[in-house]
Amino acid sequence: MAQPQLKSHQFRTEREWDWRRLEALLGRVESRGPKALSDDELLEAPVLYRAALSSLSVARATSLDQGLIDYLEGLCARGYFLIYGARPRIAERFVSFFAKTWPRAVLGLWKETLVSAAILALGILVGFLLVRGNPEWFYAIVGGDMSGGRDPTASAQALRQTLYDKGEGNGLSVFAAFLFTNNAQVSLFAFALGFAFGIPTAMLIAMNGASLGAMMAVFAAKGLAFEFTGWLAIHGVTELFAIVLAGAAGFKIGLAVAFPGEKGRLDAAAEAGRLAGAVMAGVVLMLMFAGLLEGFGRQLITSDVTRYSIALATGIIWLCYFYLPRKEGGLHVRS
Amino acid sequence: MSARDPVSGADPALRRSLVTPEGVDLNLRIADVGQRIGAFAIDVIIQNVILTLFVIACGLVIAALKFKNVDHVAVIMFLGAFLLRNAWFIGFELSPRGATPGKRILGLRVASRDGGRLTAEAVITRNALREVEFFLPISFIFAAGGAKGFESGLYLMLVLWTGIFLLFPLFNRDRLRAGDLMAGTWVVQAPRRRLLPDLSDADARSGFAFTDAHLDAYGVKELHVLEQVLRNGDRKTLAAVADRIRRKIGWTGDAYERDDNFLAAYYAALRSRLEQRMLLGHRRKDKFDRA
Repeated sequence: MAQPQLKSHQFRTEREWDWRRLEALLGRVESRGPKALSDDELLEAPVLYRAALSSLSVARATSLDQGLIDYLEGLCARGYFLIYGARPRIAERFVSFFAKTWPRAVLGLWKETLVSAAILALGILVGFLLVRGNPEWFYAIVGGDMSGGRDPTASAQALRQTLYDKGEGNGLSVFAAFLFTNNAQVSLFAFALGFAFGIPTAMLIAMNGASLGAMMAVFAAKGLAFEFTGWLAIHGVTELFAIVLAGAAGFKIGLAVAFPGEKGRLDAAAEAGRLAGAVMAGVVLMLMFAGLLEGFGRQLITSDVTRYSIALATGIIWLCYFYLPRKEGGLHVRS
Repeated sequence: MSARDPVSGADPALRRSLVTPEGVDLNLRIADVGQRIGAFAIDVIIQNVILTLFVIACGLVIAALKFKNVDHVAVIMFLGAFLLRNAWFIGFELSPRGATPGKRILGLRVASRDGGRLTAEAVITRNALREVEFFLPISFIFAAGGAKGFESGLYLMLVLWTGIFLLFPLFNRDRLRAGDLMAGTWVVQAPRRRLLPDLSDADARSGFAFTDAHLDAYGVKELHVLEQVLRNGDRKTLAAVADRIRRKIGWTGDAYERDDNFLAAYYAALRSRLEQRMLLGHRRKDKFDRA
């Protein structure tokens, strides 16, 4: 006795081809990116996706084939992530990051940035005063083995040499790469520590400031304060700014977790986290630039005046870039 | 314990509703803790294997150059190690798959909790926080193992404190780790499922004449269990299930009929009956659902 096929079976047979087609397109995009599709296929994908969604609704209402419903749910979810997860091209993202996202995010953190800068300044001051009062503090703050001979017992002559030593001219690129990766890792760490309500971030920044201040006291004691500051500032303006911003990003997320304000804790956290993430992407780039200045510029440029000019120029450029009011371009309305 | 979904085996507690702009609920499932740990472990292992091979390769190149003019090799080594550690997760999660190799293998992906697109900022934040969530507690645990006296007590406190971050995903319903919390993301299951064959083939029913009374013994829930049993095709289970059904419906068929044929026919007939009634507006939930 021949039986008629089920309606749900016919439904499946009629639409199966479209689903398989969507599955093939998704597979290609997922493994090779949107470029894997031709223009026609790019237009076809949303249509197929909506057809699959409609199939899913119908299947849920009329079919008891759980295998089919599972398949369609998976297919639609993949389609959803493709259609609604689409991002602008990488070049456009780069442009919009530098033109809008990053400076806006930094501007949005101005309060945290001030706090972070104040903590760094306080650290420098404390380190400086402690070591000036009693040079023994230097070993507690900086640690003897980290200073590379630049400690209170060194002669003025030796200290001066460390500031103007040209090196052998090679090894500079390695030094720059090492400095960049090390500093970037530390700043990412300082940022992440912010999650613990910001307290460890503050400690880390204060410690960094203190060892800088201690070092400064050593050079100042030998009358080399001006020269040391020039040696430091050529890259230090950028590097310290980046560290201050990393600290600010850490405080931002710590504060959002501790005091979510009027929004729900989850929403407040997510909003703060995204703002901080944009700042951190820029911080890594700033540190890369600072690493280049430190690795090459500082060793190759030994004139105090040039060092100070570069430091001043970088400082002014960063401040203008982040904090000068700019036209909104009519794309976004400030609320 | 919550009942398991008969077909996918997924815990209903993992189901989350995500309604698309077209108004269809995608019924997503979030990844469970085991899958998260597994994916991370796979990624870390792959990373370390690559790192080891990379360092060996750099070492060989340096040796081949006889340690002269090896600056650029060292630069590549520093930058390569940095990128491998930091860009691995960020780069892969920003790709169209939204997943690192470990997550791909386990059929997971990162998605934005609000259903919007996954931004680079969110991915950077969720991965930067891994430093504090994972590497910090782990390093304290190792340090605590080596410390003595007062120091070991101090480290123990630090382990307890940072352990909160490590175990964070266990304390919330959506299995968010601290990075997910801050980035507004979550990790969902998005496996590539194959379209399995339809078991309701009409031919299966020929030779079996079930009456309505026979088919009224079960509902949708039992149908789905039967579907799963048929798809698994385990002979012992088939025999046991066939036996139960025959007794329940009082089936006295051919003594030599095969269990799988009987079950396939019963499945097709039952589905046909239940789907017909569903079209008329009654979806019979399970065998206790009498309308």
